[in-house]
Amino acid sequence: MSAPARRWTPSPVVWPVVALAALLLYNLLFTPNFFDVDIRDGRLYGSLVDVVKNSVPVMIVAIGMTLVIATGGIDISVGAVAAIAGAVAGVLIVTHQAPLWIVLVLPLAAALVCGAFNAGLVTALAIQPIIATLILMVAGRGVARLIVGGSALRFPGKMPSFAYLGSGYFLGLPVRVYVAAGLLVLVLLALRLTPLRLYIQAIGGNAKASRYAGVGVQAVKAVVYVFSGLCAGIAGVILTANIQGADAGTVGINIELDAILAVVIGGTSMNGGRFRLGGSVLGAILIQTMTTTILTKGVPVQYTQLVKALVVVAVILLQSPEFRRQLGGLVPGRAAP
Amino acid sequence: MTLPLNRKYLPLVATSVVFLVVFVAAGVMYEGFITLNNFANLLTRGSFVGLCAVGMTFVIIAGGIDLSVGSMVAFSSTVLAWLTEIQGVPAPIAVVLVLALGTLFGLAQGAMIHFYKAPAFIVTLAGMFLLRGLAFVVAPNQAALGVANPTLVKLAEFELPIGFDANLRFGALALVAAVIVAALVLGRTRFGRNVYAVGGSEQSVLLMGLPLARTKLGIYAISGFCAALAGLTLVIETQSGNPSEAVGFELEAIAAVVIGGTLLTGGYGFVAGTLVGVLIRQVIYTIIEYNGRLTVDWAMIVIGALLLVFILLQRFFSQGTAAGRATARRRTAPPPRLAPVPPPAPPARSPARIGADDP
Repeated sequence: MSAPARRWTPSPVVWPVVALAALLLYNLLFTPNFFDVDIRDGRLYGSLVDVVKNSVPVMIVAIGMTLVIATGGIDISVGAVAAIAGAVAGVLIVTHQAPLWIVLVLPLAAALVCGAFNAGLVTALAIQPIIATLILMVAGRGVARLIVGGSALRFPGKMPSFAYLGSGYFLGLPVRVYVAAGLLVLVLLALRLTPLRLYIQAIGGNAKASRYAGVGVQAVKAVVYVFSGLCAGIAGVILTANIQGADAGTVGINIELDAILAVVIGGTSMNGGRFRLGGSVLGAILIQTMTTTILTKGVPVQYTQLVKALVVVAVILLQSPEFRRQLGGLVPGRAAP
Repeated sequence: MTLPLNRKYLPLVATSVVFLVVFVAAGVMYEGFITLNNFANLLTRGSFVGLCAVGMTFVIIAGGIDLSVGSMVAFSSTVLAWLTEIQGVPAPIAVVLVLALGTLFGLAQGAMIHFYKAPAFIVTLAGMFLLRGLAFVVAPNQAALGVANPTLVKLAEFELPIGFDANLRFGALALVAAVIVAALVLGRTRFGRNVYAVGGSEQSVLLMGLPLARTKLGIYAISGFCAALAGLTLVIETQSGNPSEAVGFELEAIAAVVIGGTLLTGGYGFVAGTLVGVLIRQVIYTIIEYNGRLTVDWAMIVIGALLLVFILLQRFFSQGTAAGRATARRRTAPPPRLAPVPPPAPPARSPARIGADDP
């Protein structure tokens, strides 16, 4: 062994942290007032608060997506599910004048049904996840539009208590941040107090071996897809509450891509197995910081897609053993294979 | 009468039956729906998604997926409009450039998927972002760019009469030509057989000494080419290059391929089925337009439902087809592996380190 036996291998979460730090440093140097946080009417204002606030929907979806990807699956229907949940909330508010708890419970129930639909296709019918969830992705927005009865249903000022969820503040911070934090804590608790984490990682590592080892593979898979649907529903409700309107065409558009991106940036492998919820949360914040940075520079919104794409390519290459080997050959001092 | 029907054509027959049922049902509902001209219109209007679906058929038969095609359509249409209108490049050169660009981009995606063992889904997802972003960068003011290039306008006005007052426009001709060429390549060439083989088992392809890299790169290059061709068709049919056009085409193309009977697990499928899948999609859209009361949402829901039905059918059909038997065999008793399959390496550990740990 010529090289040192134990080389320090950074945890994958290091990369998003480094990238985020670099971005923040850039903003510290080149974006005036980026780090300014004011307190007005007991609320925190500033770019940083906005970044965290705007990253919440992607963050929530990414939490569900992380578990799905960890089982070796994927859920590309989350955007459509968010639209469906938002549509249900909108209809309940506008046409049924429903009380708040119904406006919160029924959309999430609809999202759970969507998740259960995906779960059924993936488990009982053993369809590949990308295709199974493709069905709802294709049809879901159509369903949402039908529920709304058009493309958008606006209800500005109709239900302040519901709008509070999307744009309100509590103890100086946006309410939705508490929602995301609460969800994250609940999931982490569930993973710690039950063997769920072990089961999910086992299935992602080798589903067949897990089944032989007695893991209820189908049940665990069903749980993660239903949970992913629920997360998408929560995100959809928050987005709907924020714009005070159920817009079937735009609520949660491309959120599946951002969520997957957040998960991958966060260090969870697309092949399943080990997963990092904290990394996904960080990934969501990183994506939003990137978007905000680009926007504050006056660059058109469309450029963010370009940057996101380049980030994905970089992450794919960094995760690829082949690329690292090639890189290792170039960097002096590293043992070539 | 003997049935000259090979079992392997069963999904194709099922898809064709669905198309005929929907087409005839539409004819019953709406006077004058069943005309040859209407059929030719289905081809023209289905050509954008259809051309993407032809390329996608190669990719899916080989067991991959390409999510970048919709953005590629928008990108190549925008670049073509930009080249001819703003840069003043002659149309033939611009067309060749755009098609070459599409092919090269597909090739690059294939290279990342094959050489860096990255999941096709995530690589082409990045491609989807990249191309859409680039399309908006190229387009002046990020808006649609009208095309008045005389050559392209002439192509748009071109109509090939096929009798019964029916004409094939450029889109229909491009789609039919692409389907015929693709069917010949898949059915009659060595490359085509390799595509099926890769979809059946990459391991076996390597063991048999077939060119795995060339085949995998080839299918993504073909998909990129087809999507660029769809972009060209879009420019000709709409007389503009639009960076926000063709959103969701990748999903519709995949749906058409699956409805056309191609097995999503790879190794089995026909491009003719894809054409029928595209026609089914287009009939549904046309019916909804005729109806007037139904909205486009219903088209999405019906296509989603059809997708579901055909995926379920695949599960039952696949018991009978060769590909299905292989799957069934795999499911019951795994054959002894001839070569050890390397386990997916955890990303945190480089091969160099694994080697260094060995005694």
